[in-house]
Amino acid sequence: MGVIGTAILVVTVIGVICAVMLSVASKVMAVEVDERIPRVRECLPGANCGGCGFPGCDGYAAAMVEDEKTPLNLCAPGGSAVAAKVAGVLGREAGEVVKSYARVNCLGDCSATSKKMDYRGIETCAAAKLLFGGNGACTFGCIGLGDCTRACPSDAIHIMPNGIARVDINSCTGCSACAKVCPNHVISILPHSVKVQVSCSSHDKGAAVRKKCQAGCLGCGMCERKCPQGAIHVENNLAVIDYSKCISCGTCQSVCPAKCIVDGPEGGPVKAEAPAAQ
Amino acid sequence: MTIKLFFTIILTAIFVENYVLQQFLGICPFLGVSKKLDSAFGMSCAVIFVMLLATAVTYPIQHYILNALGLEYMQTIVFILVIAALVQLVEIVLKKYVPALHASLGVYLPLITTNCAVLGVCIDNVDSYMGTASFGHTFPQALTYSLGAGLGFMMAMVLFSGVRARIEDNDAPPSFKGMPITLIAAAILSVSFFGFAGVIDNIFK
Repeated sequence: MGVIGTAILVVTVIGVICAVMLSVASKVMAVEVDERIPRVRECLPGANCGGCGFPGCDGYAAAMVEDEKTPLNLCAPGGSAVAAKVAGVLGREAGEVVKSYARVNCLGDCSATSKKMDYRGIETCAAAKLLFGGNGACTFGCIGLGDCTRACPSDAIHIMPNGIARVDINSCTGCSACAKVCPNHVISILPHSVKVQVSCSSHDKGAAVRKKCQAGCLGCGMCERKCPQGAIHVENNLAVIDYSKCISCGTCQSVCPAKCIVDGPEGGPVKAEAPAAQ
Repeated sequence: MTIKLFFTIILTAIFVENYVLQQFLGICPFLGVSKKLDSAFGMSCAVIFVMLLATAVTYPIQHYILNALGLEYMQTIVFILVIAALVQLVEIVLKKYVPALHASLGVYLPLITTNCAVLGVCIDNVDSYMGTASFGHTFPQALTYSLGAGLGFMMAMVLFSGVRARIEDNDAPPSFKGMPITLIAAAILSVSFFGFAGVIDNIFK
């Protein structure tokens, strides 16, 4: 056997030894991955919004497969259709998905309130909030620099020309990404069935609110007295609706002197203009 | 092996013969994975691990198979083959028995299957030509040299990830943005390491 023959033989033998070792190892030490995880993951929308409370869609898929107790109906963007699909893969009950969307609890647009400074800093709400609580006269309301718009995975929330955020309820999936980034926490996620919301977040006293904003909740308590269900209370100068009792009758909406309790789904974006007309 | 020789080999491998900054091997991960400190560190740990393991395997192969059969010239191809298979095997073993380590090293392991720095260390360790500090290493010396080479790689990666973090914040002219300014910074770092030449030999005189 010549020199070349030896070389070929040696390399071949080493190669074969490596190959056998690897194939044996991959068989013997194979790690079993639950093959349902990728299938469940397929069902999810893949927006990675984090609305379910898990780290992205992959995290939620793994949690649903590995832990029997994880509810299947946490995916707000996917809704009932996705929950049903996941239930089909995993073979357990899906439960109802309540369709929700985001609502901006502030009516303080350009005509209702004013700016207390000419803000020239970094164009994010979080940065503006650090400087004397934001550029608006009211430090509780929408700052209007669009942190929510940037956080939204479905392009459903925008800063209107009048300076405050409004939600397009047809695009909004209720994932709560905007609510998490809003430094003033003016965004709440409520089911479609809810027809009334308090569109003010100010905890200032009535007179102080009046000075700063024409559309703010005065904490007068009229709604609290008139509510047939006892579902609305003034807490810390702001009306708060208890949605477990509320029947969306609209009484509070009609008696509110400040007109800051609005009809959610239809009224939200449209009635935002109403205080402007006053 | 005396303690003096041990330190001489390690410090030589880290500073004087630094694989990235002096020998320009392993530049791909040096530029690719040095953007963040934690990934640079993870990559370096994987490199140290693989360098040691690869030397432990290729040293006997060179001395007892290739040299014995007069096939020294097959060194490169055999080493690549063995190192590639070895890294795959290590990945399988880690995945099965040490999932935590696999999760932190796992993504980097396939990247260094045939990394030139790893191959370079293996070849330097068995090289028979005069002039390198690794000339005529015994097996423990070879392992020490590999450890030093890996530590040198880690030092270069960690240093450079700090440099890069500062570069990212700076306003470079558009034509220098990104890779060009990174390469210039790498060159300056490399030049500064030439100052170490001769230092180690004289420390232990």
